[in-house]
Amino acid sequence: MAINTSLASLTDRDFGYAQAQHLLARAGFGGTPQEIRKLQALGVEKAVASLVDFESIDAAALPAGEFAADILRPATTEEKAEYLRARRENDEAALAALQTERVKRENEDRRQMRQLEHWWLKRIIESPRPLEEKLTLLWHGHFASNHRTVRDSYHMFMQNALFRQHAAGNFANLATGIIHDPAMIKFLDNDSNRRRRPNENLARELMELFTLGEGHYSEDDIKQGARALTGYTFNDDAFVFDAKQHDGDEKTLFGQKGKYDGDGFVKLLLARPACAEFVAFKLYRHFVADVASSKLLAPPQGVVVKRLADMLRVSGYELKPVLKSFFASRHFYDDSVMGNMIKSPVQLAAGTIRALRTPVRNMDTLSNAMGLMGQRLFDPPTVAGWDGGPAWINSSTLFVRQNLCVYLLTGVQPGRKDKEKSAYDPKFLTAGLPAQSPPSVVDHLMVTLLGAQRLPRRREQMLTFINERGGMKDDSVLALLLLITAMPEYQLG
Amino acid sequence: MSDMTPFTRREFLCGSLAIISTIASVPTFLRSSATALAAPANDPRRPGKSGQNILVVIQLSGGNDGLNAVVPYGFDDYYKARPALGIDAKTVLSLDDRAGVGLNPALADFKALIDQGQAGVIQGVGYPNPNRSHFASMDIWHTADPERGSARGTGWLGRALDDMGGKVSKTKQAEGPSCVCIGNDSPLAAEGKLIKPVTFDRVESFRWAGRDLHPALAEAYDVVNRDAAAAAELPLNDQSQLPFVLRTAMNAQLASDRIRAAVAKGTETAFPNGQLANQLRMVASMIRAELPTRVYYVALGGFDTHSGQAGRQNRLLSELGKSLKAFYDEMAALGQAGRVMTLAFSEFGRRVEQNASQGTDHGTAGPVFVAGPMVNAGLIGKHPSLAAGGLDHGDLVHAIDFRAVYAEVLDGWLGVESKTVLGAAYGKAGLLRA
Repeated sequence: MAINTSLASLTDRDFGYAQAQHLLARAGFGGTPQEIRKLQALGVEKAVASLVDFESIDAAALPAGEFAADILRPATTEEKAEYLRARRENDEAALAALQTERVKRENEDRRQMRQLEHWWLKRIIESPRPLEEKLTLLWHGHFASNHRTVRDSYHMFMQNALFRQHAAGNFANLATGIIHDPAMIKFLDNDSNRRRRPNENLARELMELFTLGEGHYSEDDIKQGARALTGYTFNDDAFVFDAKQHDGDEKTLFGQKGKYDGDGFVKLLLARPACAEFVAFKLYRHFVADVASSKLLAPPQGVVVKRLADMLRVSGYELKPVLKSFFASRHFYDDSVMGNMIKSPVQLAAGTIRALRTPVRNMDTLSNAMGLMGQRLFDPPTVAGWDGGPAWINSSTLFVRQNLCVYLLTGVQPGRKDKEKSAYDPKFLTAGLPAQSPPSVVDHLMVTLLGAQRLPRRREQMLTFINERGGMKDDSVLALLLLITAMPEYQLG
Repeated sequence: MSDMTPFTRREFLCGSLAIISTIASVPTFLRSSATALAAPANDPRRPGKSGQNILVVIQLSGGNDGLNAVVPYGFDDYYKARPALGIDAKTVLSLDDRAGVGLNPALADFKALIDQGQAGVIQGVGYPNPNRSHFASMDIWHTADPERGSARGTGWLGRALDDMGGKVSKTKQAEGPSCVCIGNDSPLAAEGKLIKPVTFDRVESFRWAGRDLHPALAEAYDVVNRDAAAAAELPLNDQSQLPFVLRTAMNAQLASDRIRAAVAKGTETAFPNGQLANQLRMVASMIRAELPTRVYYVALGGFDTHSGQAGRQNRLLSELGKSLKAFYDEMAALGQAGRVMTLAFSEFGRRVEQNASQGTDHGTAGPVFVAGPMVNAGLIGKHPSLAAGGLDHGDLVHAIDFRAVYAEVLDGWLGVESKTVLGAAYGKAGLLRA
């Protein structure tokens, strides 16, 4: 069947339970049947607005992110003097003491990084503004940097705040913000981009990965762009424009001459025709089809991306109007779109907890599992972010994914005899259903967990399972949840 | 950015095409991999017989104190720098009487391997402008990229396996993982652009944990996850991700069956207790079961000996030696020793001078241990100087670049061009027999 490429709004009549479920999964991290029914009752426009206009939702109950800014800080004048003295006098004992102190601070910073990771993961799981977190995650993967390289947890926290502040704001603010962001400046070496010794790293990635995409700039644009970015550095936790290190001479970028600085360079990039299309593809990839390159899109999908790009140009990179039209569009609810995305590890974990209201359990265990599934927060592998799509799943990560669900539902970890105490009671899921009727329970749970990805044969397999055990038992609902979350198709959503 | 992984759209498109062309035998890809997995070990079609060399990497985490492992007992400066920690020359297991270099007595079992011509030590391995952070330096060893470190995103083994993978047919890829890592985290070293390692800490975690809850659950799980016929009901839609997840689930069950059966069957010879020995026992059982795996990765932690070093490091070195000895005894019993090479490295050595807490702080170059009958037995290369003029701010200056070690392993052992994997030519460390 042909893919519907229309960005015209779906009618309320066509906005059924399945569509509301799809919307909540993609524009958020899914929810309980009750939450989905509430969303459905709003009709498509209001349902979308309730997710996109998230500022009006009170999020005060979320744990405040309070982190120490000074675990790692620049050396004081005295410390510097002491270091130089020790170095000069070959005072090995003093040098060793300084190094020990440094190692202590780095260890402390890693501990804080762990807390920061838990804090964000919890926020993703609990936030009443799921789209805010989903977009923050999108920008984290788009303007990717990681703590391994940045090695300052507070800078990672500040970067996260930048992404959240502009999550559904204007892309121009994100692109401008990122060249003033200490974590990114450190990550891409712009702190060593100096007038006489330009470092091209940030200029290159700014064009290749953040705004234009490969093939839309020349090597000379990189050189000139790097000059524009000279002197964009930071001190402690603040951006610093170091005028002495900035190259204020004329540059030629994309054939235009000017005394561009970093901000001027970003303005030029945003005005390039390729930029809107590049950002549109990123949005499409995050919300519709997680493919590594726009070349892998089917032609009708390419058409949609072009239309989204036009909308971004019209809105001047304001994201909300584009997201609203898009989440309400017929294309977004096309059969080829619904239930056909491989869940990211974050989506899988948060989605399972949110849909089934399982206990969150141990955050260390959870974040270890995130690592094994290949998506530790604040740790994308490279500046290109996570590969995503089919790269999430292989024979190793699939078991981790399935076992994460077992852990959330039961507290049992693979190969461990001990089990976490906090029990999970799924009773609320089947409230109001004829509890002794296997078909109605199986159907309901399959709809809840699998949405559009329901294979008819699975229904039979689950009914056989129940019947061979002599009908519904006390633990049948839990058993079904374990089995359905272990179905290969549960990896899609 | 690459648009390929072992399981990408491109491949699943191939799968879909197979469905279109041979509708009667829909799950061909499933059946062929199942057949391959069930093929007997002596089937000549199997990879992993002679000619398929295997590499086992042991990560010694924390920064192994090289100077107290491979002891320069003939160097006066050694005892000056280590008045309390220096290993008594009389107890050192000498490897070179003239130079005065030998092994910590805790490495007696490793010495036995050397005496059998099955082990060697590459001395003074490091890299320019050494980084003394555990994490940064470990990333450098993993990526073989001191400039970019972790930002490189792929590791030297992952890239090597990517390059090898191109020559391996899809069927063979489906027979089992090309890289198995034992631990809590996938090491960056094993991350390729295409190849992702199979990683588990205990073999029980490489299966569905729900199995243990009830036999009926295990049975129903198998119905669902080994459901080859499910593919038959799929709509013929190239854009659908469903065939991909069904196939991956099937492959995962097969890989799990094979690895768990291998480990359950165990080894022919006995292994000592201990973290490393347990890991190497698992590796040995997988080699015994003729898995097509080319690279195994294991780790032994605890080498960060800032205080009270002697007892702890000796225990760890003893575990390293005993475990390796047991591993090669098993390989010999299996007739497999000739195709299994082992490389043990640490992110850095430690400072030449001991500190005030009977320990040592983060330093630079250190020894790399190699084992297997293909390596040059005994000392390889020259011990770095300990004289004041030969040190860099109290640290050893490396004699051999670690990338020369990798290069030789890649070119000479795994048969992958090192220049492609490492980005430049680094020559040889001289670890393989001529």
